[in-house]
Amino acid sequence: MALVTRQWPAEGVARVPYWVYSDRGLFQDEQALVFRGPTWNFLCLEAELPKPNSYRTSALGAMPVVVTRDSEGRLNAFENRCAHRGSLLCINERGEARDIVCVYHNWSYDLAGNLTAVAFRKGMGGRGGMPTDARPDENPPRKLKIETIGGLVFGTLDAKAPPLETYLGPDIVKGIRRVMRAPVRVLGSYSQMLTSNWKLYMENVKDSYHASLLHTFFTTFRLNRLSQKGGLVISETGGNHISYSFAADTGGKEYEQAGMRAAQEGFGLEAPEVLHHVDEYGDGIGLQILSVFPTFVLQQTRNSLAVRRLVTHDLEKTELVWTIFGFADDDAAMTERRLSQANLIGPAGYISMEDGAAPGFVQRAVNSAADVLSVVEMGGRGIASDDTRVTEAAVRGFWTFYRARMGF
Amino acid sequence: MSSKGGGPLSRDAPAQTGVDIETTFAVQHLLARYIQALDDDRLEAWPEFFTESCRYLVTTADNLAQGMPLGLIYATSRAMLRDRVRSLRDANVYEAQRYRHVIAAPVIERGDGGLIRAQTGFMVARIMHTGETMLFVTGRYDDRILLAGPDAPRFVEKLVVLDSRVIDTLLAIPI
Repeated sequence: MALVTRQWPAEGVARVPYWVYSDRGLFQDEQALVFRGPTWNFLCLEAELPKPNSYRTSALGAMPVVVTRDSEGRLNAFENRCAHRGSLLCINERGEARDIVCVYHNWSYDLAGNLTAVAFRKGMGGRGGMPTDARPDENPPRKLKIETIGGLVFGTLDAKAPPLETYLGPDIVKGIRRVMRAPVRVLGSYSQMLTSNWKLYMENVKDSYHASLLHTFFTTFRLNRLSQKGGLVISETGGNHISYSFAADTGGKEYEQAGMRAAQEGFGLEAPEVLHHVDEYGDGIGLQILSVFPTFVLQQTRNSLAVRRLVTHDLEKTELVWTIFGFADDDAAMTERRLSQANLIGPAGYISMEDGAAPGFVQRAVNSAADVLSVVEMGGRGIASDDTRVTEAAVRGFWTFYRARMGF
Repeated sequence: MSSKGGGPLSRDAPAQTGVDIETTFAVQHLLARYIQALDDDRLEAWPEFFTESCRYLVTTADNLAQGMPLGLIYATSRAMLRDRVRSLRDANVYEAQRYRHVIAAPVIERGDGGLIRAQTGFMVARIMHTGETMLFVTGRYDDRILLAGPDAPRFVEKLVVLDSRVIDTLLAIPI
């Protein structure tokens, strides 16, 4: 496979060439080098497979995947593709099953993805069937290696991937364990179909600079202002990050002085309970956005908790899958609080509806500017952690890790 | 959180539901005015279709089938609806767009507490400022309606159940 022939700009990750979002060949290469390469991809919450003998579908980039919990309670994941003619094995999103049977020709698999039976293998009445030396499992569904942390299930296809915790780095491990403090209760899910390349959404997630400028609801109600105490933590590899801020506002006037639309005076909520926050972690942090390369996001916005993952359906078609959760030990008031604060997130979210559209705004403009470069120099040119969020360091971290995976 | 909506209405013939023609007409009229306000971009009028302590929930058929309480929009008072309108007008950034709702004939019956229950199928086209028009969402309203008294007619509860769990880009204007 002749993979990448493009040259990255000499300035390094302080520049991003726009062809990365519009090159169809690159999209195919990413599937092999990023998603099927030595990366850890978030598949689902353990809580989405609460019982033995159950399955749910997920994805590794564009590759469909089945995640199962077998009769022993073990988690498995394998490609959602029959060894025979390549049909999807599971056509439903989730279900209970002791084995997985391909609908096309009834070939059966155990919940670890091993082929266990071939319908009419010996034919019928001595006629038909497969030759005695046939190897029906010559091209089996590829099996993923699985690791879990704090109830999050990650998978990789590449045996060369480092152990999950090494891949994450110690700060990210700590950030995950902080949020995932107890057994999870799933509250619901939905998806957004974005008309943009997957990398544009991930850059948006890692871009702590935009948060209080694009999301004026956020700023107006002092949920997140760049003057609030917080910071940015970037894993040594650059691929993973945490952006956080404390819930208390330090009351800076920078926004008002700059006359930004975000700081309209006298803007108040009639029903401010949508923002009422209980410090359930006891550390004062009101916002923690954590990402893991390539496409995982763990979000704590006050008491609203969610995991997000991407399915890269096509070059400019990306499904953003949200699963919103609380904990099994939440009381009714906490569940109500989480449901009310869910107004902040998702496709109709007061502070996140813009994130569905912004990547599309870039995509529409840069498709005709493939050889132009984006300047990414907020906060310098490096990828170090910082105690300010007026920086694009985590975006540069993303590109650092991406380039290493892609070999340019 | 528990919803009084969401359960199936009876499949009895109209004559057996105890709903007269005036009631049917009043429900249809309320629904017609409701979608007209949204489609005309009179968002400030939208909260006035609800009682002060209303519930308005936009969810998906999949969440509902699994007994999951999550909403895309979750409001438990008219004040929360007014806040949403204000945020859409003054805070949120989204491309100019309009909806065109088309509703089916409602299935109507008498509910608890003197309220009327109505289930109404809908389709919503979204028209972007660029001219692009798409079938945006389909689903059903599961409404509990106050038809009698000085505060009537108003929705006490409107459960908006989307058929799909996938939203194109974003959901700004309410359904």
